[in-house]
Amino acid sequence: MNRERKRKLESLTALFLSTLAAGFGLFWLVFILGDVLIHGIGALNLSLFMNDPTPAGVSGGGLRNAFMGQLLITFFATLIGVPIGVLGGTFLAEYARGTTISRVVSILADIMVSVPSIVIGTFVYAILVRPVGHFNGWAGSVALAIIMIPVVLRTTEDMLSLVPWTLREAAFALGAPYYKVIIQVVYRGAATGILTGILLSIARVAGETAPLLFTSFNNAFFSLDMNRPMASLTASIFQYAMGPYDDWHAQAWAASFVITLVVLAITILGKVIIKWRFK
Amino acid sequence: MPIIYKKNAVDLSFSLITALASLTVILLVLGIFGVLLRESFLSINKFGVIRFLTSTDWNPVKESFGAATTIYGTVITTVLALLIAVPTAIGIAIFVTEIAPSFLKGPIGVAIELLAAIPSIIYGMWGLFTLAPIMSRYIEPALQNSVGKLPMLGVLFQGTPMGIDIFTASVILSIMIIPFTASISRDAFNLTPAVVKESAYAIGTTKWEVVKDVILPYSKVGVFGGIALSLGRALGETMAVAFVLGNKHHIATSLFDAAATITVTLANEFTEADSNIYLSSLFYLALVLFVLSFVVLAIGKFFLLKAERKYSR
Repeated sequence: MNRERKRKLESLTALFLSTLAAGFGLFWLVFILGDVLIHGIGALNLSLFMNDPTPAGVSGGGLRNAFMGQLLITFFATLIGVPIGVLGGTFLAEYARGTTISRVVSILADIMVSVPSIVIGTFVYAILVRPVGHFNGWAGSVALAIIMIPVVLRTTEDMLSLVPWTLREAAFALGAPYYKVIIQVVYRGAATGILTGILLSIARVAGETAPLLFTSFNNAFFSLDMNRPMASLTASIFQYAMGPYDDWHAQAWAASFVITLVVLAITILGKVIIKWRFK
Repeated sequence: MPIIYKKNAVDLSFSLITALASLTVILLVLGIFGVLLRESFLSINKFGVIRFLTSTDWNPVKESFGAATTIYGTVITTVLALLIAVPTAIGIAIFVTEIAPSFLKGPIGVAIELLAAIPSIIYGMWGLFTLAPIMSRYIEPALQNSVGKLPMLGVLFQGTPMGIDIFTASVILSIMIIPFTASISRDAFNLTPAVVKESAYAIGTTKWEVVKDVILPYSKVGVFGGIALSLGRALGETMAVAFVLGNKHHIATSLFDAAATITVTLANEFTEADSNIYLSSLFYLALVLFVLSFVVLAIGKFFLLKAERKYSR
């Protein structure tokens, strides 16, 4: 009897600790999000979106340049990264299905997903910033695209693999060449999945800071020229949060709030689409 | 099936284009390695490999560089973060798969995954403005007055608690990797066949005994792979620790002391490097980090693949 009670007690303790762990995880989520919300909303105002930064120490001003820069850099990163990722994933799941090369690229891409983003920043600095002689927006886009490619490639591969093989055989039987089967049958079947992968990859790079520090750098002025240094929200947050002025800190919180909101919204949207489509 | 289709001109070009696109991944891996190697050549020539990795000297003024302090900082923060994150993450996975009622499983899983989606710079800023003051005012003095009084452990908790130190950085890092480890562990747990669990329940085991003696042994390869992947992530995390570590190049013995990791050093010094040898040494650091995290991630991937093969059999 005593032994049985001991086992039950042991089980209850372990389960209690696991529940505590889940509570611990949720606690941080609420803590961080709540904190960003409270500080962010308080500092949020129209001037943040409408005005450019004032000289250091002068209060007022906004982050219009950083919002615009972030949009441009992310947009061009998507433009470079998505086609390469989708096409590469197509090769792995279709033309090279089941081959060694497909497995090797797939595993390498999985590793590349987690490779330190700051290392990618130094790499792009060496190939796109040093030869040009100054930081530029393109380098930032390329750095983000390099982070996107493996993410998009892997999801595309997985999503295309989910399309039943018989569907392709049906199209082959009608005499369709493979490229037509891929574009008109396979892509159509996997469209939502691929789109979700793209959304999640945009969410992933939108919050990246480290690879932008040495590539697009920062710019205190409004600029749409991708050949010049370009401001981004994340790099501005880094600069402002580390800076000495209260005004800067408030703007950094507001920018953090906006970027968290956007990233989480895209992520949740992606997850909702997956749920709705695949369950 | 042939990889390149020659029957039809459009098919041929489409298969070639897709092949090229997928080759960019291989080119990127080789390119990053090659370019970092080329850029760090100056430093490799001057300091060698063993000397660079073991020297604790990081002195831009005297142009003498060694990676030991930053590697030490990277390893210490990462190991501490894993010590906090792994038990928590496994607990979360147990809760989500075995304890939570089914209407809670989804929402809690999503909530934990949202933690993973928050950009790392947000963690960093939150750490600097919110967590660091709490640490220096309440938690660190409390630790000093309790565990810090113990004879052997005391040395770990010495110094003035400033909040900008290894301890705070490790806590933030652990919060960042918990969701990652938890979701991989959860997936591994879920692969345990229900029949095996039910057989265990049928002979009268408690829930914890099922977890400990059935699920964990069954999924340990997958969980191990997940831990290795989290380790790889934590090694390369930059912004979350850049705010709260202080970038101080030395071998810290106290957890309440500032330190530097490879990533933090790169983030703070890369744009300020004013001599070729300084920049080259920073590239050398990046190369060390790339190789280190690549190897760790590859090991993690290897274990995950092994686990997958085991289940698909």
